[in-house]
Parts: sequence; C-alpha cells; structure tokens
Amino acid sequence: MGAVVSLDGLLDTRRVWKGRPLVEAHGLQPTGHAGLDAVLPGGGWPAAALSELLLADEGAGELHLLWPSLARLSKAGERVVLVAPPFIPYPPAWQTAGVDLRWLTVVQASAAESLWAAEQCLRSGSCAAVLCWPQRADDRALRRLQVAAETGQALAFACRDQAAALNPSPAALRIAIDTRPAQWRVLKCRGGLAPNRPISAAGHAG
Amino acid sequence: MLWACILLPQLALDSVLRGRDDADQPLVLLTGPATRRVLQAVNPAARALGLSAGLSLTSAQALAQGFITVEHDPAATERQQQLLAAWAYRFSSQVSLHYPRALLMEVHSSLGLFGPWPRFEARLREELRALGFRHRIVLASNPVAARMLANAHDGLAASDPATTRAALAAMPIDRLGLPPEAATAFSRMGLRRLDQVLALPRETLARRFAGAVQLHLDRLLGLRAMALECYLPPDRFESRLELNFDVASSQALLFPLRRMIEDLAAFLAGRDAGVQRFSLFLEHAEGADTLLPVGLLAAERDAGRLLELARGRLEQLTLRAPVRNLRLSAEELPAFVPQAGELFSARARQQQGWEQLRERLRARLGDEAVRSVGAVADHRPECAWRSAELPAVPGGDCTAPRPGWLLEQPRALPLAGLRLLAGPERIESGWWDGGDVRRDYYLVETTAGQRGWAYRQLGDARDGPLWLQGWFA
Repeated sequence: MGAVVSLDGLLDTRRVWKGRPLVEAHGLQPTGHAGLDAVLPGGGWPAAALSELLLADEGAGELHLLWPSLARLSKAGERVVLVAPPFIPYPPAWQTAGVDLRWLTVVQASAAESLWAAEQCLRSGSCAAVLCWPQRADDRALRRLQVAAETGQALAFACRDQAAALNPSPAALRIAIDTRPAQWRVLKCRGGLAPNRPISAAGHAG
Repeated sequence: MLWACILLPQLALDSVLRGRDDADQPLVLLTGPATRRVLQAVNPAARALGLSAGLSLTSAQALAQGFITVEHDPAATERQQQLLAAWAYRFSSQVSLHYPRALLMEVHSSLGLFGPWPRFEARLREELRALGFRHRIVLASNPVAARMLANAHDGLAASDPATTRAALAAMPIDRLGLPPEAATAFSRMGLRRLDQVLALPRETLARRFAGAVQLHLDRLLGLRAMALECYLPPDRFESRLELNFDVASSQALLFPLRRMIEDLAAFLAGRDAGVQRFSLFLEHAEGADTLLPVGLLAAERDAGRLLELARGRLEQLTLRAPVRNLRLSAEELPAFVPQAGELFSARARQQQGWEQLRERLRARLGDEAVRSVGAVADHRPECAWRSAELPAVPGGDCTAPRPGWLLEQPRALPLAGLRLLAGPERIESGWWDGGDVRRDYYLVETTAGQRGWAYRQLGDARDGPLWLQGWFA
C-alpha cells in the first residue's frame, strides 16, 4: 500500500489486463473489402500469419474474397503462389480481377507433398502470398504453416472445408464463407474480439 | 610481375583421399609392376603404422596389417591437376602447369581485385583446404624462383627482385632444380649454397659447366625470361569417380557426389560460367549406366544449391543395381549472370530468392511442377489457357463474365433446383482443328448457392443435362 508503482512497469510485466488492446496501424494488408477491413483488428489480413478460409462448398467464393489482395500484391510485383489448387485458375477471369499473371505461379503437388511445398514457399521469403488447400491438415500442420509464414513474412491462406470450423486452429484469422446467404463470418481474429455479426459478401450474391 | 607457386607435395595421395569419406583410415598408394609392388605414398594414419613411401608391398604387409591399398593412377592425378588449374584460373589469367605437382600463377595483376597478398594468400589456402589438397605457397618475382623457393619454404613472400635474390642466395644448392650432375659437382667443390656459386666469376662457370646451368641460374634470378605455356580452360566439364566398391543406396552416393559438385562449382567459378544442364551417370558392374539428368531453368553455379538439386533428384531414384562408378558431365556452360538484388527491397528479409525456391520445388516435385498460367486468345474455355514454365505475357481482355476456377473435365450437373441467372451465350469454334465446339453457356446457381458456368451441347434436348465447366468462386 502506498508504494508508487509506475504504470508502464505494470503494463510491461503484463500484470494488468487492458480491456481493448491497441489496434495496429490500419492499411497494412487490406483485404480490399471495406466492410471486412473495418472489423478486422489490423485493418486487413494479419501480416506474416496464417489465415484460414472455411468454405461451405467448392467454389463458394474464396476468389471473390481474395482477388483484391492478390491483384494488389501482383501489381506491386510480388509473387503469389497457388499450391495444388483444386481447379485450374482461368486466366481471363483472373486478369479481369486485376491479377498480373506474370506474378502468379501454380505449383502442382500431390496431397502429401502440398503442405511441404506450401511451407517451402512461405519460408523462402520470396512469395508475398501463398494459397493452399490442405486436405487433412491437423493442428501441427497448420502450426507449421503459421510459423513458416512468420519466418518468410508472407500471407498464408489455407482454404478448408467448413467442417473444420469446430476444431481449434492456430491460424491468426479464421473466416467462414457462406453461400446462402453470401456472407463472411469472422470466427477468430488475433488481436481483437471476433465480430458476432456476419459481413455481407457484397457483389457476389445474386 | 609477381609469381605465386602453389606446390602440391601430396597431389596423388590427396586426389585419392578427397574422394573417400574414410580419410583417417590407413591408406597407401601402390605403383610398380606386378612382380614388385612399391608403396608410392602413405597417409598419416599409415605412417603411424610404420609404413613409408618406397617400401615394397611385401615388406609393408610384413610390418602392418589392415591398411587400404589403392592403385596409383597417373591419369587421375593429371585430371586433378587440370581441375586445380581451372580453380586457379579464377584468380589469375596466367596459370601454368609447367612443373609437375605445382601451379604457377601470375598474381601481381590480381592483387587489385583480391586484396593485398596476405589476404589473397589466406583465401587461396582456405579454398585449397576446402578442396582437400595439402599445399605450400611461395611468392617470388619470377616463376622459376617461386617454384624453387617452394622446395624449401612455405608462406614466403618475396615481393621484389632483391628479396627474391636474398631468399635464393640462402637456398641449398641441391634444391634449386639444377641438373643433378651440376648440383653434385657444386657440392663436391664445396659450394653448398647459391650465394657461393654466384660469387664465382661468370666466365669460369660458363667454361666449366653446360650452358643449361647458366641458363637456369639466369632464369632463377630473373635475368632471362622463361616462356611458360599458360593454361586454357576446356569448354566442358567431365569428372569421373571410381568408388572401388559397390554402393547400393543412394544415400551413400551423396558424399562422392558432393565432391564432384564442388569440383564443378570450382571449375565454373574459374570460367565465370554457370551450368544449366548436367548429367550424372551411375555406372553399374554390368548393364547400361543409369542416367540422371539435372536441368535448371536458369544457369547456376553455387555448389550448395547444385548439390541440393542433384540430391532431390537422386533421392527419388531407385537404384536397380549397385553403383560402381560415378560420372558427371556438363556440356552446356552458359555465361553466369548473378541475380541483381535490390538494395532497398520491400522484402528485405528475403532469405532465399525465387529462383532457388523454384529449383528446389522442381527438384522434389518434378520438372513440370512449377508453372505459370497464361491466357490464349481462343473462345473455347478449355483452350483459352495454357500452362508454361516461364511467366506468360498478358493476353487480351475479356469483358464477358468468366469463372475464376475452370474444371479440368466438365461434369454433369443435375437440373433439379438449378436457377439459370444468365445466358445462353453461344460459343462455337474450333471446326478447323478437330476440337469442334458448339455450346450454349449459362450462368447457373445451385441450391447451395454456388454460382457455376455450365453449358449444353447444341443439338441436345432442352431438358438435357447441363455440363458444369467452372465456378465463379
């Protein structure tokens, strides 16, 4: 009692819990969707971290969500790698979305090798964004991707089935993509509370 | 001019030892006819057993047991010397193999690039150690003096004629490379060191000895120049390693492979070239060789990377028979253009460049694994894209809505619950190349809410199945 304790010291030792952590500077890795950027703690994708996209079904709208970011990165001359995509990226549509195809690379790999390939791409530090479709990724595999993304300072996106939403995941951001209605639900975001209100995937529905 | 002489006192033994991963085992080199086998050289472990060069094999076997015998192969030693010349060629444009077991290189013009001599010499020594050759290095003002001083010195740097002359003057007369009869005659005359010989009047020397003696002395002191034949690097790289025993696992091939690739890298650095394609031949006791081609998209010359790429391909290989010899051959040696890095790159923490990553992926996943997609001006969706090794040039724009994902094979889509959002859009093309297509395309929405791109063949019934070809994801 009565001892003068500096506030900074208390904060530094993490003995005082602050209700709202500071929101980081906006605009680091914007998603390109204003509605989504507004609710995400970093004002966009968590930089150098793994983001998980949980799809209701195949072709559920992951490209609509990702295209603005991929277009921004590829136009800046940064490499975007698709590791073992389930379908062929159809060039006319990708070009219309603004993606510079010169910076888009597709890596063909078997299901067993695709995680290795994704980790290599992330870790190398020469790719800005790496998309992968892990089939049976467990907690350890995702954690490896997360660590690799931190090492290589890259955006990692793992597209998985929505059935995986119930399992805990080390991803910094988890977004469920619904098709009916077309909306995004943020399930988890590091550095903030996940908004409980879904965000409309405008432009995609109807 | 300054000349460095790198003397390789144990060249034959080192050439054998560096190809083996059991270098600390006793090992002797054998030479001579079958009736009288003689030890040509012994390594330190064999010397510890009491063996020495010059012993006959029978007496060596009486003295000790359990040492490895290797046949001395002058051709292999010669190849190693060629390799060393290629290595030295990167430091100097004038490299000569005039003397056996020695490299002569002109270094005065290289000092500007490789720093003052002590630093340059340290670098030479470090690289020779890495290559696995024991050596002595001497610097002198002319090539003959450098070679002869290396007989008695290591690390001597006589950088001007005066110091060279002083160093030579103290040399014993029989270590100067004089004709043997002249050296014997000098020592019988009581002249043990060079300065005593040089003190004699020139005319008396010329009268008593053959002209070659005076010529050699003049060259030694730099009074007369010697024409040296300089080394010219070959246009291709070829290296062969005899394993002397059968190797059944690809893991065990890695050690000899590492040596070969380090040699290749040293050769490439000397030529200022890279390698884009090289072949590894695994020779078996019988049957044809197994060929392992290693192809890269861009020229490369870093030993570590080349080894990693070769290793990735080697590990996937199942050996059908034990390997006896290993041969590496590189025919195309294009100029090496190093990747220019940006000083203020946005991605400053890049540990590994894209080229290295690409080669690493190709090595493990196959040569076709890393592709770019490009647009092709064709109305047929399955023909409107192509996959290429190198980035494609951007194609034309398309204004009609097109799906982001294209299915590899169209699949039937049940009509129940399907909502047609737009269409039909007629695509009719390809009658000229046999891939005739006449289709009506629709933008459809499934019951689950996904939006797809589906078509009906022209001429099918109105209620016939729709074929799904893409997703608007």
